[in-house]
Amino acid sequence: MLSRVADRIFWMSRQMERAENMARILGVTSNLVLFGTRDVQEQNLLAPLAITETEDAYRAQHTELTLPGLIEFMALDEKNPSSIYSCLKWARENAHAVRWQLTSEMWETINATWLEMRALPPGRVTGAGATQFFDWVKDRSHLFRGVTYGTIVRGEAFNFSRLGTFLERADNTARILDVKYHILLPSVQDVGGALDYYQWAALLRSVSSFETYRTLYRDQIFPIKVAQLLILERRMPRSLAACFDQVKEAMDRIRGQSDSAAKRLAYELHARLSYADIEEVFQGGLHEYLDGVLADINDLGSRIQRAYLGAV
Amino acid sequence: MERRHYDEMRGADGEVRAHFRALSDWLAETPAERVAEMRREADLLFHRVGITFAVYGDAHGASEGAERLIPFDTIPRVIPKAEWDELARGLRQRVSALNRFLHDIYHGQEILKAGVIPAEQVLANEAYQVAMHGLDLPNQIYSHVAGIDLVRNDDGQYYVLEDNLRTPSGVSYMLENRKMMMRLFPELFARQHVHPVEHYPGLLLETLSAAAPPSVRDPVVAVLTPGQHNSAYFEHAFLAQQMGVELVEGVDLFVKDGFVHMRTTTGPQRVDVIYRRVDDAFLDPLAFRPDSLLGVPGLLSVYRAGNVGIANAIGTGVADDKSTYPYVPDMIKFYLGETPILQNVPTWQCKRPADLELVLEKIGELVVKEVQGSGGYGMLIGPMAKKAEIEAFRARIRANPSNYIAQPTLSLSTCPTFVEQGIAPRHVDLRPYVLTGKEMKLVPGGLTRVALNEGSLVVNSSQGGGTKDTWVVD
Repeated sequence: MLSRVADRIFWMSRQMERAENMARILGVTSNLVLFGTRDVQEQNLLAPLAITETEDAYRAQHTELTLPGLIEFMALDEKNPSSIYSCLKWARENAHAVRWQLTSEMWETINATWLEMRALPPGRVTGAGATQFFDWVKDRSHLFRGVTYGTIVRGEAFNFSRLGTFLERADNTARILDVKYHILLPSVQDVGGALDYYQWAALLRSVSSFETYRTLYRDQIFPIKVAQLLILERRMPRSLAACFDQVKEAMDRIRGQSDSAAKRLAYELHARLSYADIEEVFQGGLHEYLDGVLADINDLGSRIQRAYLGAV
Repeated sequence: MERRHYDEMRGADGEVRAHFRALSDWLAETPAERVAEMRREADLLFHRVGITFAVYGDAHGASEGAERLIPFDTIPRVIPKAEWDELARGLRQRVSALNRFLHDIYHGQEILKAGVIPAEQVLANEAYQVAMHGLDLPNQIYSHVAGIDLVRNDDGQYYVLEDNLRTPSGVSYMLENRKMMMRLFPELFARQHVHPVEHYPGLLLETLSAAAPPSVRDPVVAVLTPGQHNSAYFEHAFLAQQMGVELVEGVDLFVKDGFVHMRTTTGPQRVDVIYRRVDDAFLDPLAFRPDSLLGVPGLLSVYRAGNVGIANAIGTGVADDKSTYPYVPDMIKFYLGETPILQNVPTWQCKRPADLELVLEKIGELVVKEVQGSGGYGMLIGPMAKKAEIEAFRARIRANPSNYIAQPTLSLSTCPTFVEQGIAPRHVDLRPYVLTGKEMKLVPGGLTRVALNEGSLVVNSSQGGGTKDTWVVD
């Protein structure tokens, strides 16, 4: 496959996945801000900006931190390169550049998504409309992934699409889990309290795994188990371990020249996630652990770029 | 101004012509609302599939790189099989002669020596490529894909309006229009036998493969596009996909060890035939325009060494130039010893003093075209032009006569077309595609373009033209 084409497909898939995860992050934030004191609310609103490293960009445009402002910035802002709007736009740009390598269903899905996004009337993404919008984004991402899985020939286009999807998802799951680090409880007494519980539950719901948690653990919601589920539980399709199962599988199928640096790191991360112990993760600090994972994912992305996709 | 013209559907007596009867009956019994609804659905589908073309900052306020739909008309244009067969014969003859001409002018130049065409007409032409001198091409074919534009005058006679031997476009619309018609109106196809066109991509691949260096057994073909913002990008991608070959941009290719390679995820891969949709001047910055980012440095040297095929060949423009056009009937006689089957439109060449005088005098009745112009740009339609435009054109012709030719204003036949007011006659032309590899191949029909504005004779998509499905029927 042409390197330029692989690059476009990889990024198209990352951008669709990122749009979905942005919707998930905003969805959970919209829920969280309904509770707690003003200080807590402020932190809830800050968390999405912190984990996407976009607080400065937000502050440059908005004087106040409000939910509508946050949604405007993270969902609709054309100038914010990781807004849902930008993700869908660039996913479509990338798809357009390589549409002859996609099935017509894939192209139509991604093109129709962008056309709908572009035609979205202003003011629709507020209040109840916001939840509807986030659901729509998730639906379109599911549809894209399903159409891809169901129609494209098993070859490099498929491999690079999967690689992009799951590398991005791993990145996003790590960031979403890290949200909790950025949200402090009003006081130490609240740890394990109703608000704490509510925050963890919302976080689980944001990655569609509240019910999974109940089914697998049949237990109260404990932070360590939430971390276990989202990091190490490979039966949970958004966990880091499950994502890296897919990353490894894609890397197994991709043939390349001088790609050992990329493959070595991918397999190493896969092995580390396969044999990690959640107690140890917590002893070292969850936030620190997730920071390390994010750095590794970033490094892996660069190595993939060098090995297969051409100059950055 | 009211002009007489040939009606494709009805004879002078108002009777529906035999080959249009099935369609005409169907139109009569189908509620207009259904046709309108289907047309809206077609628009929707075309948008969804992304069958659009990019416009270069146009008069309608569309921004650079914007995408527009080429209007698709749901009423097909019908051609009886016998008439098509005759056209096909003429097209084969014409394209054979043009390929012979191209081979000749880059080799022995017999036609120049015989004085059939003035030597300076060929050798001083800016599309003439010295780099092609003495280069032997597989099967001696230069224009592997030719698009010949035909129109009908008021007597119904077909004329060749223009030969397109460089990178003729539009064939994707021919294919998509057929697909759309079959999807929207399957019952129409049940009524009569419409000759299929769907096998075009297969024929194209076969034709391109024949342009590979003769020693290559299983040639790797790639389509070279200027990129996704080119106006015909959809077609480039479409054809690559339909043929199952790579669509490459200049940056994907590089020359090493005397061959052309693609950059792939598994390292370099050799390319044997490049179906380029990039103009000569941009193909190789080392040989042509040094500022070109669309080409491949060193491509020409590989081509000259016979290690890669390029379709269409470099330097074909000299044969489809509007100033060469008047000589095509003579080429047919010279190379084939045959009488031309398809007629040329009478053409005055302004570089000839007598012609120039006549053109300047009768300009109000003529169509004047730039020798190198295309896409309906740089032309004047005398009977439709305002006085000031005519004066401006006169001055331009006087300043540089050899840059212009003139032809009588043909009335162009009309075909029933779905417009705002209902069904009304609109002017059409026809572009059949002729493929030449080891042998010549045509699919029956071609692309019918229609001028959607009432009375307009300009069918170009960049200027308010639409397209129709074209049926060759038994």
